[in-house]
Amino acid sequence: MRQKKDDGPFDGAERVAANGLLHRRLFLSGGTLAAGAAALGGLGTATPAAAQGVFPDWRLKPGKSFTGYGVPSRFEEPVQRTFTARAPSYPSPGAGSSRTPLHLLEGIITPSGLHFERSHSGVPDIDPEKHTLLVHGLVRQPLLFDVESLARYPTVSRIHFIECSGNSGAGWGVNPPVGPVATMHGLVSCSEWSGVPLSYLLDEAGIDPAAKWILAEGSDAAGMSRSVPLSKCVDDAMIALYQNGERVRPEQGYPMRLLLPGWEGNMCVKWLSRIKLTKGPTHTKDETSKYTELMPDGKSLQFTFPMEVKSTITRPSEGINMRGPGFYEISGFAWSGNGKIKRVDVSADGGKSWAEAALAEPVASRALTRFRLGWQWDGGEIILQSRAVDETGAVQPTREALIAAKGIKNAYHYNGITSWEVRASGLVKNVWA
Amino acid sequence: MSGRKAILAGAIGAALLVPAAARAVDPPKTGRPAPADLVKLMDISIPPDGTGLPAGQATAKQGQQVYLTRCAACHGERGEGATNDRLVGGRGTLTDEQTFKTVGSYWPWATTLFDYVRRAMPYNAPLSLKDEEVYGAVAYVLFLNEIVGENDPINAQTLPKVQMPNRDAFINAFTEPERR
Ligand code: HEC
Repeated sequence: MRQKKDDGPFDGAERVAANGLLHRRLFLSGGTLAAGAAALGGLGTATPAAAQGVFPDWRLKPGKSFTGYGVPSRFEEPVQRTFTARAPSYPSPGAGSSRTPLHLLEGIITPSGLHFERSHSGVPDIDPEKHTLLVHGLVRQPLLFDVESLARYPTVSRIHFIECSGNSGAGWGVNPPVGPVATMHGLVSCSEWSGVPLSYLLDEAGIDPAAKWILAEGSDAAGMSRSVPLSKCVDDAMIALYQNGERVRPEQGYPMRLLLPGWEGNMCVKWLSRIKLTKGPTHTKDETSKYTELMPDGKSLQFTFPMEVKSTITRPSEGINMRGPGFYEISGFAWSGNGKIKRVDVSADGGKSWAEAALAEPVASRALTRFRLGWQWDGGEIILQSRAVDETGAVQPTREALIAAKGIKNAYHYNGITSWEVRASGLVKNVWA
Repeated sequence: MSGRKAILAGAIGAALLVPAAARAVDPPKTGRPAPADLVKLMDISIPPDGTGLPAGQATAKQGQQVYLTRCAACHGERGEGATNDRLVGGRGTLTDEQTFKTVGSYWPWATTLFDYVRRAMPYNAPLSLKDEEVYGAVAYVLFLNEIVGENDPINAQTLPKVQMPNRDAFINAFTEPERR
């Protein structure tokens, strides 16, 4: 983490909210941070012999040769998805999830191998040559597509997040647990997805005017299936074939997944193998028993598709502690299933005063958006929060407001403000404030 | 049209809701006609009106054996839950301090149970049950929930008519986007 002494170049920077939050212009102009880089002096005259012990070992012999598929440095080994380890005897280890270590990442793209996983019956090992996609139901002509033939359609590439609708679900409940970013919010990831607009395939099959929904089904052992309004399928749905430039990872639906920008991750059916056009929703297990929102009056909201506007600070956050007073960059993600992020505000006094953060480009619709803000920490105990606003004007609510509206029994669509307590010792802890 | 133009037109056509007829380019048509018998075999989803439910039937009594041998290990002998979801009870607890969402207390449609058990259960061997066995397991879970009688035949006609206790508690929150 960037850090400067109190008498550093930002001491005079304009403070715009309580407890040291600086004006976002620090991050708008770029390059302002270069000032303090001190020159490394005195090494220029070393002889080869003297270089022993001055230059690191890896400068003294040629490095490793080429590899077919690169992996991160061995020193980055701790950067891993997290999941509950199961005893070997546990009968259904493939029904569950693994979480993205968001607090250890920068920018907005999640490396494909760190994209969160949510599967209902494990990851199938699909041979793409044997995989087909059936489009049928209320169509003129039922059609079968294969992976290779889909590559011949005009391709679209877009950056979109996928978020499990159960992400941050710990926020519901009477005494919610606390934890690091990955534990609390790690079921969201963001990729550049490339593939074929679903509308092409639907047009080709010939949509019967009576069709209003589809049923999308995966080729995993759960036969994961969800109903999707036809309007979404025609608007911006994609059959994703590529993720961050390479074929979609097995955990993400290889060789093809449905991508419904901004909508519940569970609906972006992985290992997609069947689309049936229907009059109404099919009411599958995962749109009745699960992924419905139980309200305080015992009623349940069904088909709440878009993921609401949300944000969290990732640095500092639990596990990313402070190292003494001075300058810090506050950094985090914001996203909304309803469009672009318009604004993110940051508070260092538990929500009493707010400073507008800088949004890093690109700010794409239904994508993670990186925000940053300079901060001069004086070493005091404070509470950091972030609050996102999307282009529809929707504002991320406090937990209090969210619970007043939806009660505590809902397990999905939690988007309340997250609070990080910074202690005088420098320890950072997730708290409910 | 040049390839580049075609690609742009495709992307824009899809993104801006231009109807197919107005697109500047016709995408290739690579779909192969799907044989009707294959479609029939692959089409295993069952909506609330029961369309597509297969022939055959079973009662809870007949289904007990299937349930005990193929389901109980993970869901409990009486559906009380084991390593996996509790399937039985919890009626009237949706507004209580402690809530149990089960097939009996929460699910709006009995057809969902057939659809789901046939496609995904038992977890360790999905799609392995015969249709009668699925009807039997479904009947038994509904019977444990006191929704059907022990000797009620469960089949394509009776299953869609089963009244699930929580059916009217679901509100469709989806509204179609406004069209220009
Ligand atoms: C090896 C363990 C195992 C066996 C055996 C098993 N199940 Fe399951 N069952 C699961 C798991 C795991 C899930 C949750 C899957 C998921 O995450 O979507 C589940 C979910 C369910 C659900 C949905 C519960 C809910 O409320 O959403 C039903 C209903 C069900 N099983 C019925 C059955 C029936 C009937 C059988 C026997 C034919 C059976 N199961 C056998 C593991 C098992």
